[in-house]
Amino acid sequence: MGSYVTSTKKEQEAMLHEIGLSGFEDFFVQIPENVRAGELKLPEGLSEMEALEKMQSMAEKNKVFHSIFRGAGAYNHYIPAIVKSVTSKEEFVTAYTPYQAEISQGVLQSIFEYQTMICELTGMDVSNASVYDGAEAAAEATAMCRDRKRNKVLVSACANPETIQVIKTYCFGNNMEFLPIPEKDGKTDMEKLEALLDAGTACFYAEAPNFYGIIEDYTALGEKVHEAGAKYILGCNPISLGLLRTPAEYGADVAVGEGQPLGMELSFGGPYLGFMAATKEMMRKLPGRIVGETTDHEGRRAFVLTLQAREQHIRREKASSNICSNQALCAMTAAVYLSAMGESGLRQAAQLCISKSHYLQAELEKIGFALKYDGPFFHEFVTKTPVEAEKIEKALMKKGILSGLPLGEKEMLWCTTEKNTKVQMDELIEALKEVCGA
Amino acid sequence: MKLIFERSKEGRNLSILPSCDVPVYTPEMPLREKKLHLPQMSENELSRHYTELAKQTHGVNDGFYPLGSCTMKYNPKVNESAAALPGFAKVHPLQPEETVQGCLEVLKTAEEELCEITGMDGMTFQPAAGAHGEYTGLLLIKAYFEKRGETNRKKIIVPDSAHGTNPASAVMAGFTIVNIPSAPDGCVDLEKLREAVGEDTAGLMLTNPNTLGLFDKNILEITEIVHEAGGLCYYDGANLNAVMGQVRPGDMGFDVIHLNLHKTFSTPHGGGGPGSGPVGCKEILKEFLPGIRIVEKDGVLSTEKAENSIGSVKEFYGNFLVVVKALTYILVLGKEGIPEASLNAVLNANYMMKKLEDLYDMPYPGICMHEFVMSLEKMKHEKGVSAMDIAKSLLDYGIHPPTMYFPLIVHEALMIEPTETESKETLDEAIAVFREIYERAVKDPQDVQNSPKKTPIGRPDEVQAARKPVLRYEF
Amino acid sequence: MKHPEELKYSKSHEWVKEEGDAAYIGITDFAQDALGDLVFVNLPEVGDKVEVGEPFADVESVKAVSDVYSPVTGVVLEINEELLDSPEKINEEPYEAWFIKVGEISEQEEYLTAEEYEEHANSEEI
Repeated sequence: MGSYVTSTKKEQEAMLHEIGLSGFEDFFVQIPENVRAGELKLPEGLSEMEALEKMQSMAEKNKVFHSIFRGAGAYNHYIPAIVKSVTSKEEFVTAYTPYQAEISQGVLQSIFEYQTMICELTGMDVSNASVYDGAEAAAEATAMCRDRKRNKVLVSACANPETIQVIKTYCFGNNMEFLPIPEKDGKTDMEKLEALLDAGTACFYAEAPNFYGIIEDYTALGEKVHEAGAKYILGCNPISLGLLRTPAEYGADVAVGEGQPLGMELSFGGPYLGFMAATKEMMRKLPGRIVGETTDHEGRRAFVLTLQAREQHIRREKASSNICSNQALCAMTAAVYLSAMGESGLRQAAQLCISKSHYLQAELEKIGFALKYDGPFFHEFVTKTPVEAEKIEKALMKKGILSGLPLGEKEMLWCTTEKNTKVQMDELIEALKEVCGA
Repeated sequence: MKLIFERSKEGRNLSILPSCDVPVYTPEMPLREKKLHLPQMSENELSRHYTELAKQTHGVNDGFYPLGSCTMKYNPKVNESAAALPGFAKVHPLQPEETVQGCLEVLKTAEEELCEITGMDGMTFQPAAGAHGEYTGLLLIKAYFEKRGETNRKKIIVPDSAHGTNPASAVMAGFTIVNIPSAPDGCVDLEKLREAVGEDTAGLMLTNPNTLGLFDKNILEITEIVHEAGGLCYYDGANLNAVMGQVRPGDMGFDVIHLNLHKTFSTPHGGGGPGSGPVGCKEILKEFLPGIRIVEKDGVLSTEKAENSIGSVKEFYGNFLVVVKALTYILVLGKEGIPEASLNAVLNANYMMKKLEDLYDMPYPGICMHEFVMSLEKMKHEKGVSAMDIAKSLLDYGIHPPTMYFPLIVHEALMIEPTETESKETLDEAIAVFREIYERAVKDPQDVQNSPKKTPIGRPDEVQAARKPVLRYEF
Repeated sequence: MKHPEELKYSKSHEWVKEEGDAAYIGITDFAQDALGDLVFVNLPEVGDKVEVGEPFADVESVKAVSDVYSPVTGVVLEINEELLDSPEKINEEPYEAWFIKVGEISEQEEYLTAEEYEEHANSEEI
């Protein structure tokens, strides 16, 4: 059996003796005898080598693709080497939430820097220290827009289905009314939105780019929402913000998003990062941890967790959110990523994404994969497929290519990032020709 | 120290990405107008900046970290090796099922083993943290009563020793709270509980061992009272490290539980996350579980939705790599290692308590579980030295302070949880430090009140931070 | 601690200054002292109804949040927006730092005089 207990048996006995007990059993007299656990039906413990081999054998049952054309909420970007080097520093990995500011300035400052970068990226005034992931950030955002008279949450059906589902589940929890706004030509149906917006609407949530990769008319959407006195929440792709208009410029009250593209591995879906930023007016409604700058008694710059009276440990049942942690190490990952890329690097990444998606789309068009929607798109787009999408998926899988995501029977959502080289894309086209018998 | 933005210099940068190998596309869509300020620096400067930040951060690896209820045990390195395997780290969450059989096996195995440890029948790994797990568990309770048409059951009973997240989670899930006081012995007051339950009771949330470090001796009566009233029992597993392998919540009448993999199952806290707060439940609640269920047919794993699933509380499958780490830990410990860990967690806490009880007031003396609470009320009254002062003084000795001012029912509380991975020498050294600080507080209160003195900063001005919030750097 | 004679007080530590049909409400010197340095105050909106014995605002210190209860039933005519930016005014000049002005008053609790309040506050001091 393996163990991380440090004391030897002899020391354990000496300690028991000091306490005045004869054996370990004396600790558990409070537990009713009839429910004491017998031997657990678990395997025997393993040595480190065996355990790692066992995990490795499971890992090897997964297929790691090197040519990936799938996004839909998780994106295969290049991660600069410095990112992992920094985020594997043991001080950062093994620390708890920075309650004791005097010995946690490192974590606190890194979060303050992260907050600044998220504000810069989104153009918003204030950012929190992050939440669990992009979908959960969107759900938290809808809850923070609620007020006494406004209880309806409108959500564009063009948002990521995972996000829509999480918002819907949160509405089941807090009894806000969930209303999807249907899609029309790959965009939010503006007329339906107008029809549903009223004095009871708390907020409207849309994504930029949306699930189909399309950039909608977010200024017009925002104007409609604000006319009804509701709040405007935009979910955005952080890489796109190196190039494209920011949620603040579109008039959003709250900006959220999935931070995974900022240096996090695909990791079968997590851990990822939910970023969340708002206008100054909404600062005190932001959930989660927030780090602020202050001074110590000698006037030295210091960072602390602040605005804590918003939070559950003080407000208890009156808190609007129960979140009491953040994804600190993932937030640091994003901050290191953004620092390594810099403004020019991030713009370059965004430009590469969009150039490659348009190259691929044009090449796909040539072999009969017609574009489904005609709106402007960023790094994802939907095509029709000449043969069943699942057939394409299976055939490409055998060639080591992860295809676009099958959406309908004959539809696919494609994605490119800077990691998709021209060679890869040309190989994809050749493979598709083969599959489709063209 | 300098902010990363203050180290930035116009024109410095790294070359990370290649030039474009396809025609450059000119975007026909609105572009950002506002200048984007990000640091411009060389890799050397970037690396040194974070090394400096690391030096101003105290992790478990830097020294003793007896932060009560947070279970700051050692984080084994093999867990990290497992999570870094490309077969886990480089897998897209939306790959076809036949290409992710290993990931599904991880989730299935972790579910089976954690169900065995907790006595539950099913588990979801979607929740990302303990509070997120609480919320999810409460949604299961809500869905259960909605399906049965018992929509009058809107109240969740919470003892006054509960974590602040319990009431906040219950409200997020649409419940109202009934607080019940603890009995003088620190356990649930059975009479008060009987008075509180009724036809409107949805359930009880209980942390056990509770936040005083006590195992509630009436645990079976408690769950029976709630069940007889038609409610369900929620087990806050934050303190499971005391009892894993000794007793299973499922056997004590609990219907739903959350675990903190980042506490009990040794995955690192990362300065605040990512964690993982899986929720286990009995058969009656399985049909409501969020996310996916894994089914096996002819040795092939596939996923399906639970019949009456509440939906999703997070994207995809939760913090998957954290589950990989926890599973690695469980594989190493196995059936003997799990109870051995809890025995030693309890032993270490009792040893420290015993060695301090002649100086420090223990409001609940006797045997404790994995943690114990001391009160500095008398010291505060007599010498003006508070729990906060003692905590800040510990910083000068390289020890992370215990949890302060919690639970709320003990005044001037310090809550100490040493964990099983600390050696007897470490405990002895910490005991000596606690004793020395006590003596200093008696002899020269002001000296202790002025601590810490050796840390990079002194006590920060929190009032200034909250009154005039500065939440970002201005360029 | 001094409690101005011309004001009226509630047991839950609010003061009331009557002015015609309306009343200004704030918290007492005793209350601000017990709460410590205040960092934020949540105020209702103009037009909101307040009720005797019900919270209408809350005040935040660094580590606590406390409800402020209304000694009257009525409608909020005005709020003291200055407090939103400078909550420290409540600590500095509790009897100047009114929270809300209430009109259409239909009910009020049994007020204490300054002297009675003094006695009440002393009995709560540890």
